Amino acid sequence: MSASASETISLLNFFVFNTEYGPREGEEEKKILYYYPPEVDIDTKIKRIGLSEAIVKFSETFSDKPCQSLHTQKARQVFFEPESCFWMIMTVSIPFKEKVKDGQNVTEYREDHVQDSVFESILRQAYKMFKLFNGTFTTILNRANGEVELLKQRLEHFYNKYLLTLKIAQGDILDIFNGIHFLPLDKNTYLRIQCFINSLEATFPFIKYTAFLYNEKLVWSGLEQEDMRIMYKYLTSSLFPTYLEQELHGQGRPPSGFGHFGRFMTGPPDLNDERNMGKLPRVYVNTEEIDEECYLIVYTALSATICLLVNVRSPLNVLLCRKLDAMLGPQMTKLASDIGEQYSRRVASLNSAEPVFKYVYFNHMNLAQQTTVHIDLQKRSGVNIPPDILRLLGDINADLTKGNEDGETIVKTTTDYWVVGKKSDQREFYVVINQRSANLIEINEEVKRLCSTYLNNIFFLD
Amino acid sequence: MDDDNYYIVLCKNPTRFEPVSKANNVFFDDANKQVFAVRSGGAMGVVMKGPDERPMAPFRMEDRGDIVSIKFSPDKKILAAQRSTKTVEFLNFQEDFSTDPQEYSQACKGKTTIIRGFVWSSYNEIIFITTGGLEHYQVIPEKRTLKNLKSISLQVNWYVWLAPSSLLLVSSGTLGNTLHPFQFKSPGVITRLPKFEADLPVTPRPQKLTLLDRDVIMATIYDHLYIVVLRHPQSTSFGAEIVLYQLQKEGPARKTDVLRLDMSGRFAINVVDNLIMVHHQASKTSVIFDIRLEGKSDGYVMYHFPVLSPLGIKPFKLLLPSVNMQAGTDKTEYNCELYSANWIVFQPDIVIDAKLGCLWTLQINLNPLVTMIPDKDRLIQFLLNRSDSKPVILNVCAQMLVPGKQASLQHLAKVYDLLNVTYKQHLEMEAQLSAGELTMAGVTAKKVVIEQPDMFTHVFSIFEEYKDIKYKFMVAVLIEYIRSLNQFGIPVQHYLYELIINILVHNNCFYQLHQFLQYHVLSDSKPLACLMLSLETVYPPAHQLALDMLKRIQTANEEIIEVLLSKQQLLPALRFIRSVGNVDGVSSRKFLEAALNTSDNMIFYTVFKFFEQRNQRLRSNPRFQTGEHCEQYVKQFETLFGSDALMPVPSIQ
Repeated sequence: MSASASETISLLNFFVFNTEYGPREGEEEKKILYYYPPEVDIDTKIKRIGLSEAIVKFSETFSDKPCQSLHTQKARQVFFEPESCFWMIMTVSIPFKEKVKDGQNVTEYREDHVQDSVFESILRQAYKMFKLFNGTFTTILNRANGEVELLKQRLEHFYNKYLLTLKIAQGDILDIFNGIHFLPLDKNTYLRIQCFINSLEATFPFIKYTAFLYNEKLVWSGLEQEDMRIMYKYLTSSLFPTYLEQELHGQGRPPSGFGHFGRFMTGPPDLNDERNMGKLPRVYVNTEEIDEECYLIVYTALSATICLLVNVRSPLNVLLCRKLDAMLGPQMTKLASDIGEQYSRRVASLNSAEPVFKYVYFNHMNLAQQTTVHIDLQKRSGVNIPPDILRLLGDINADLTKGNEDGETIVKTTTDYWVVGKKSDQREFYVVINQRSANLIEINEEVKRLCSTYLNNIFFLD
Repeated sequence: MDDDNYYIVLCKNPTRFEPVSKANNVFFDDANKQVFAVRSGGAMGVVMKGPDERPMAPFRMEDRGDIVSIKFSPDKKILAAQRSTKTVEFLNFQEDFSTDPQEYSQACKGKTTIIRGFVWSSYNEIIFITTGGLEHYQVIPEKRTLKNLKSISLQVNWYVWLAPSSLLLVSSGTLGNTLHPFQFKSPGVITRLPKFEADLPVTPRPQKLTLLDRDVIMATIYDHLYIVVLRHPQSTSFGAEIVLYQLQKEGPARKTDVLRLDMSGRFAINVVDNLIMVHHQASKTSVIFDIRLEGKSDGYVMYHFPVLSPLGIKPFKLLLPSVNMQAGTDKTEYNCELYSANWIVFQPDIVIDAKLGCLWTLQINLNPLVTMIPDKDRLIQFLLNRSDSKPVILNVCAQMLVPGKQASLQHLAKVYDLLNVTYKQHLEMEAQLSAGELTMAGVTAKKVVIEQPDMFTHVFSIFEEYKDIKYKFMVAVLIEYIRSLNQFGIPVQHYLYELIINILVHNNCFYQLHQFLQYHVLSDSKPLACLMLSLETVYPPAHQLALDMLKRIQTANEEIIEVLLSKQQLLPALRFIRSVGNVDGVSSRKFLEAALNTSDNMIFYTVFKFFEQRNQRLRSNPRFQTGEHCEQYVKQFETLFGSDALMPVPSIQ
């Protein structure tokens, strides 16, 4: 094993089982709904699941709270029971280093590099993403008249691909928050977007829900917060990057009409081909009814994107898409260029005063998240601070979460970084300052100043 | 039913006068809007009636030949009558309208000149318009003489007088199309405005008088003075046109608008409520033009078509004393002939049927227009420019929301923008008025303004009436209105926010509400913050939204403390007062009471100590003063922690 590989966290296994299935001895195999890696022999699978179930059962005797994680020297296992009796387990490796100590080879495991909160969040997200595209386990079973085989197929179909895209090693505080980046926008432009969406939904009543984004930042969601949260994750971590990649390789779609830049990201690739609706994802949302199945049409013009959710019961064809395009194309293009003008001005003013500090902000109430710690919002280009400082943010977050009370933590690292974490009424604010000579009082003053400049519009106590 | 079909109506109560007959001549002075019935040249009596005044007692004049023209001075003290082409006679009236028996007269200058007519330019100044020009006189009634103030030589074919603006237009030249405007704004002064030529469709050969006075009127339309010229087509296969020349402050009048008639023949023009109304006798129909409505421009001139297709005036029934006594009724209904050959129109809005003895003013009935102009955008533009259109506009706006007749959001957006353009202008004007930058005199005619209270009470109240309106539509409509208000920089009233919030809350759309607040679509205010606080039980994030809002208002620190204390958030409350520097000002009793209510002894201890320290700092003594009413809490503290826990009072040195 190479040295670099040993230092990163990797996925060891990931499985889904139901404690109610195969209760008799010899039938344990029935419990397994999904297992990764698939090449593992059946005995190992059964043993692992058996052990997990045992731990869950065992820990129940000590606490009302279900079992969350299991720490071992070489691995970390996180537990999640998304639906009654359905358990999801994920195990990741603990990074280690080979060292020579007193002439002997010693393997030093860095347990503190793996944060429970991060991987619990990643596991939850994995479930929610499955649910977005398939509905709940229970719904699938109900539709299949209790036929477990179908659920297994769905799980396999989904997770075989999904787990490959998981960037386990990059997990950090943003995974814990799993928030949404909102686009700052002046009231008038926002109202124009509102009115555009209202008018769109009134003209095409089959559009059930609408979400509007600009530059991967959310402007409006007609979906409920939790639906939007996972949808946002899908859009920004999967659909947009894939689409961008296609464009970079010259496989992008041309604008669907003249005089505007609009095009369908999902849906018909060619509006003149009436038989080809293209790839149209189906998603399950819970805004008005439970597990409502909808088509997800994504349309984009310049940097603006609009997601249209259409109930699968509504007829949808290329002809309708052509009509949609006629309205969306010009209007989205106009809105996008107007927002763009404002957006670039804002960005320019922010960049003009390059701050010496980096921060992460999260509001639990509206899931709004901001970061200057990460170079880009989707963590594609890495971070601006050393990995141990980034981990420290996660640790402070875990501390603040445990107490569930407002508070503040100030840490000075051995590398002369100051890290401040603050929590006030559902909001969290983390600041990293690299100022060697500063003392505690100065840092405290500095953070106060930052709060009053950056958070002056909200009730955030010092 | 009738009301729905006609939008041009004659006024209900016409001024009645003795009809024209062999023995009775009728004159109308459009300057004073007075009708004169002159019997036997005045010898048998003259009856004068104005449109809004009690009839004056009849008076007699000597019959010295047929009267050509008869006009009172504006104060009704002097009567001028023209019986010959050379002179005008004057008769003085006393305060009690008794006549001075002795008439006096003034002849025009020059042997060959003929008086075309005369107009009163002020209560004691008169202008003779003669074939040779203008003669401006001052009348001195007590001396029974006139004094010539000024004369202007000019060849005159005919003239038109617009009394409210004291504007005189004189036609000159062989063709009659050289037009000279004169204005008489202040007594004794004639202001000669630059002359201009009205273009003629064709120049006849040999040249003869082509532009006639019956084809020219003057009018004030939308605060501008216009000379309105009817241009007959070269042949009947073309429609006639009306050309508007706008008088300019500097330079000659400018051709600004052309109204296309698509008809030919005899026309009469009136101006009613800034609309140009054209009556066509042959077809017995009328059309209206609104020069504020969008027309087609060729870069210089706007071309307009009638607002609606031609339609007749609403039939008029006159109640006449019955001739048939056996019928048992003493009055019979008489259907007046509309567009009769006996009709004469005067400016701006007068129709006279001399044979019938009736004087009407023309009016516009707006209600029928609502269904006649299907394009709501155009309809609202039209209505906004009318004088009494407010209830009609509000009704149109309300109807646009009624299920079954609902307008599209795009149309509503346009209509709201139209309403708010004028609303904004109105607000700006009011601001200027209150700042003293503008005087009441500078404010032109009152315009119809649809303000937020109007929309709230008369339009959005529809939402209450019709329960089957979808909430999505209601929210969309309100957002559209709020967008429009914001676009014009008009502050949105709180009740609109309240309405939209109530709709969202009723339909459990909390997340949408949250997003609106996040983008400050609903502006911060204390009432809104309180409303959000009340929603906390159904939507917990409302608490955070309310606190944020109170923080931004900046003057709501008291409220923030109240909220925190009510939530038993004692320590945040203490931190808050410290951060805003209000430690010395708050009531210690309030905090101690809230602290005790938490049943958390540690909290109570902390709060108690906090205020002990404050007392110490303020008065060098940790004890509470009697005025603070904290005895109860001190006792409680002693019971819980013992009196040793109290901060010792420093001994006096």
